[in-house]
Amino acid sequence: MRKTLTVATVAAMALTLAACDSESSGGGTDGELVGEGSGADCSIDAPVPVGAALSLTGGAGSYGESQRNGLELAVAHLNDADTGVSYELRVEDDQTDPRQGITVFEGFVDGGESVIIGPTLSNTAFQAQPIAQEGGVPVLAISNTADGITEQGDFIFRDSLTEGQVIPQTVAAATEKYGLENVVVMYSNDDAFTESGYQVFADSLEEEGVQVADTLTFSVDETDFRPLLTEAAGQDPDALVVSGLIEAAIPLVTQAREAGIDVPIIGGNGFNNPQLMADAGDAAEGVVVGAAWNSASDSPENTEFLAAFEDEYGHQPDQFAAQAYAAMTIIDTAVRHSCSGERTDVQDGLNNISEVPTVLGSVSINADRDVEHEAVVQIVEDGEFAVLD
Amino acid sequence: MVDIQQLFNGLSLGSLYALFAIGFALVFGILDRLNLAHPAVFAVAAYVGIDLVTSLSISVWLMLPVVFVVGALLGLVIERVAFRPLKNRPDAHFAGLISSIALAGVFIALLQGTYGPDTHRFPAEALPETTFTVAGAQISLVQVAILVISVLLVVALGFLVARTRLGRGMRAIAENPTAARVLGVNVDRVTATTFAISSALGAVAGALFALNVNTAQLGMGSAIELKGLAVIIVGGMSSLPGALVGGLLLGVAEVFTVQYIGSSWRDLVAFALLFLILVVRPQGLFGKRKVREV
Repeated sequence: MRKTLTVATVAAMALTLAACDSESSGGGTDGELVGEGSGADCSIDAPVPVGAALSLTGGAGSYGESQRNGLELAVAHLNDADTGVSYELRVEDDQTDPRQGITVFEGFVDGGESVIIGPTLSNTAFQAQPIAQEGGVPVLAISNTADGITEQGDFIFRDSLTEGQVIPQTVAAATEKYGLENVVVMYSNDDAFTESGYQVFADSLEEEGVQVADTLTFSVDETDFRPLLTEAAGQDPDALVVSGLIEAAIPLVTQAREAGIDVPIIGGNGFNNPQLMADAGDAAEGVVVGAAWNSASDSPENTEFLAAFEDEYGHQPDQFAAQAYAAMTIIDTAVRHSCSGERTDVQDGLNNISEVPTVLGSVSINADRDVEHEAVVQIVEDGEFAVLD
Repeated sequence: MVDIQQLFNGLSLGSLYALFAIGFALVFGILDRLNLAHPAVFAVAAYVGIDLVTSLSISVWLMLPVVFVVGALLGLVIERVAFRPLKNRPDAHFAGLISSIALAGVFIALLQGTYGPDTHRFPAEALPETTFTVAGAQISLVQVAILVISVLLVVALGFLVARTRLGRGMRAIAENPTAARVLGVNVDRVTATTFAISSALGAVAGALFALNVNTAQLGMGSAIELKGLAVIIVGGMSSLPGALVGGLLLGVAEVFTVQYIGSSWRDLVAFALLFLILVVRPQGLFGKRKVREV
């Protein structure tokens, strides 16, 4: 691996030098994005233009910021490695607003971007993606977990695991670890995201042969869980299984511990947020939640990523940054597949992603254009997410 | 043992409903106005309370009287801005209702501008963690405090209305504002004071609510608004004891619905029960037909 890279680097350097003169400013035009060679030896004259629609302001602003950091770091790494293919990243803010997302997508489709990354939220994705599908531009979603994202068309891909992929692994791991026999399930039944999370939990628990003693529902803006928790405690469960957003997770966990419920609390993706430990404090200890990225993984890709990110931004990356970083690894592999930054060639390349080593682990893209890789099951210990084992 | 736990959960929750609703009842009873900026005061107080505890690191118990004062000031603003300019219009009831909704929108927008759209919480170390075990039930100090503070405030308000000079002025205005003015009651001052007290109680309710669930959200006022209105309708619109009993009843009904029927039915059963009370007693629990009281 190392050797081929070196060979490729030398070859690429010569070609890049030669390419400098002919390079036009801005995105590549027809022909320039088709290179020579293939795979690691691929070399393309013009930088491949990549558009990213991220929520840098508005409600999801903190996620978008993290994603931008991950993307910029990845592009810098790819360009610095000087392996024949370089990228020109253009990040636009969708303001956490689907209408703005559409505008940004239109800009990328008309602007000649080879591939679009994002948008940050599934809600925006559903509205903006048809623009790209119609314009024949491949989209790689990096944080959307809702069902149906990739069903919008054959140009839509994603590198973020869905709840349907993470939860079964979470339930299986927790069942084995704690020998769960009898649990109480709680979920907010007036929110599409938590409701679908509940369905996956219910199916997974049945699969594992875990008895559900009681299923309790609450409203998505509920904050007083004491009556429900008193009810749950009466069933003497081995664990609480909760599908709720972080807004509900924090008071729920706090009040559960206060009511003397010390069993593990197994949460959906809503719980996968360091805010839980920051705001619930000690009460968050023992919360089990599945995640797409194992921050503690010691794979070479991840170790390098952690160090580089910390070095660049002064803090540890989160899952959003990792999924963004992995997106560029995947796109680079896809571009090299046909050694072309043309839109349909990138689409073809994305369809052929198989066991690519990334910061998320070994990643493949399946026939439904959804990503497949191993999830990690975490538990809160000493105020941090640790791997449950 | 679950029963005592749930009963206490219900009483604690219900006393918050009561404290919130009594602000509605007070203004309605005396001035015949529905102040729909009341839920906004509830939300503002929660954010201000959290800010006080976080940035000045004062104790949560010291925060409550400060929030009481902040609420009173907001009450004066509400009276001055939303109600007084319209009081001589023939449709003053309705106009005040609408202008108070507008003022509530302004309050919430200012709140969002100041604190942002995110949920705010007390710092984890500021929250009292004491819990008592009573007959097998786990009861937190905060829950006990909510019940005690709410009931004390409601009783104190009852005393104020029934036994003081200010209260006499309030009752006179409730009876007939014009006659009260003729008899030397400073109607404007009593009206403003009524709003101040009403909002101060709503503010304490908001701060206690935030303390109870360690959560303050911009929408928290609208979430409790309908419950507050339901409570005073069942209690008899302008009746202070009615609001207290109505609030406790709603809290306990919600909790026992969870226990005996199912969590999904909570609002349905609780509100159906309140509806049933109205069918049996259309004037409300403590309401009197035609005669208005404070």
